[in-house]
Amino acid sequence: MPSAPASATLDAGAVLPGVRWALARDMKLALRSRAELGVQLLFYVIVVSLFPLATTPERNLLATMGPGVLWVAALLASLLSLPRLFAADHADGTLEQIALSPYPLPALISGKILAHWLTTGLPVALLAPLLGLQYAVESEGLLVLTAALLLGTPILSLLGAIGAALTLGLRAGGSLLALLILPLYVPVLIFGAGAVDSVRAGLGATANLSLLGAGLLVAAVGAPFAAAAAVRIALD
Amino acid sequence: MLEIHDLAARRGNTRLFAGLSFKVEAGQVLVVTGANGTGKTTLLRMVAGLSAPESGEIRWNGTAVAPFDPTLRAATAFAGHHPALKDELTAEENLAALVELAGEPAPREKIRGALDAVSLTRQRTLPARVLSQGQRRRIGLARLTLSGRPLWILDEPVTALDAAGTALLATLVADHLASGGLAVAATHTSLGLPEARVRSLALA
Repeated sequence: MPSAPASATLDAGAVLPGVRWALARDMKLALRSRAELGVQLLFYVIVVSLFPLATTPERNLLATMGPGVLWVAALLASLLSLPRLFAADHADGTLEQIALSPYPLPALISGKILAHWLTTGLPVALLAPLLGLQYAVESEGLLVLTAALLLGTPILSLLGAIGAALTLGLRAGGSLLALLILPLYVPVLIFGAGAVDSVRAGLGATANLSLLGAGLLVAAVGAPFAAAAAVRIALD
Repeated sequence: MLEIHDLAARRGNTRLFAGLSFKVEAGQVLVVTGANGTGKTTLLRMVAGLSAPESGEIRWNGTAVAPFDPTLRAATAFAGHHPALKDELTAEENLAALVELAGEPAPREKIRGALDAVSLTRQRTLPARVLSQGQRRRIGLARLTLSGRPLWILDEPVTALDAAGTALLATLVADHLASGGLAVAATHTSLGLPEARVRSLALA
């Protein structure tokens, strides 16, 4: 019987079905375990809300530190959810099947990263205007903050995927992941939080947002391949 | 045709095996036996293209294949220790997802038919979380039949299967071989396959 299926090997036509498969499956799984997502989002909201309580209700000070606090909380929320990206698939054998699929591994991983962003980064960015109000960030600043988070959070998911794949199967993988990935998040943090500062200083956020956009493009092209290489190493 | 030439494997400082050569032709199964820790799983993962051998070569239909080679990936169905099921998904959704991942179409009737064939008709809409180990294994068997792959790699396929399940596995493998497929299986349970089709390899 089975002649090798006239196969979905490494031609470009197999990329989109691969992305679609991983995206659809991971979204389905995420929606089936909504509680976990809710907890992560709540974590983000609580961390952001702690700072005004612990520091000062002084409007100017809050407006200055608000964007930075939101960004740090977004980093932590992203970090908290990263182990979910590959660890469960690794434990139950799905990752082996994914790596042996005729679809290109970077395509499948891109789909997983996209699903990760849709379930963690996107809600974080969409909640930002609401949380920014607590810090008396003015409306233009809120807009720029949200735009920066929309551009920046996918970079967090993409870079995080590399770290999650590299720490697969390691004991204390979670804490190692934080050490490995947080320094890589620093440029995103600087340009992202800096965007609102530039607006406040009257410089406009174009430069910061362009840099974030460029970073996103570079990460979107490179990260799936790096993560794919790391996954193959983890399976060996 | 699967050919292994002078294969060697090492895990840490331990040499598992070396100088391993064999050939499996269409319609044949290679049954790998050996005590625990002699490298059966390692060998199977190398053949599947998941691990790189220390030295030696694996050839599929005459061409040497490296780990994760696209030709090899398009030709093999690997059933390892873990059945790759998601607890949150139903038996039907799990099977459909795995078949689609293998690049095969997964229409509903085909999925249901395959689940019927492994006696999981009533468990079709149950989440995999509540299925027994044997039932999870049966989903794995259904996946093999739908994979459309010529080379089946089975690591301890009998684990957790009851007598009826083992008989079912034997029938599926026999059908697969009869239609020109190949298989490599690590198992100590005789599947009662015709002797002409069985090649044996004992690791020590």
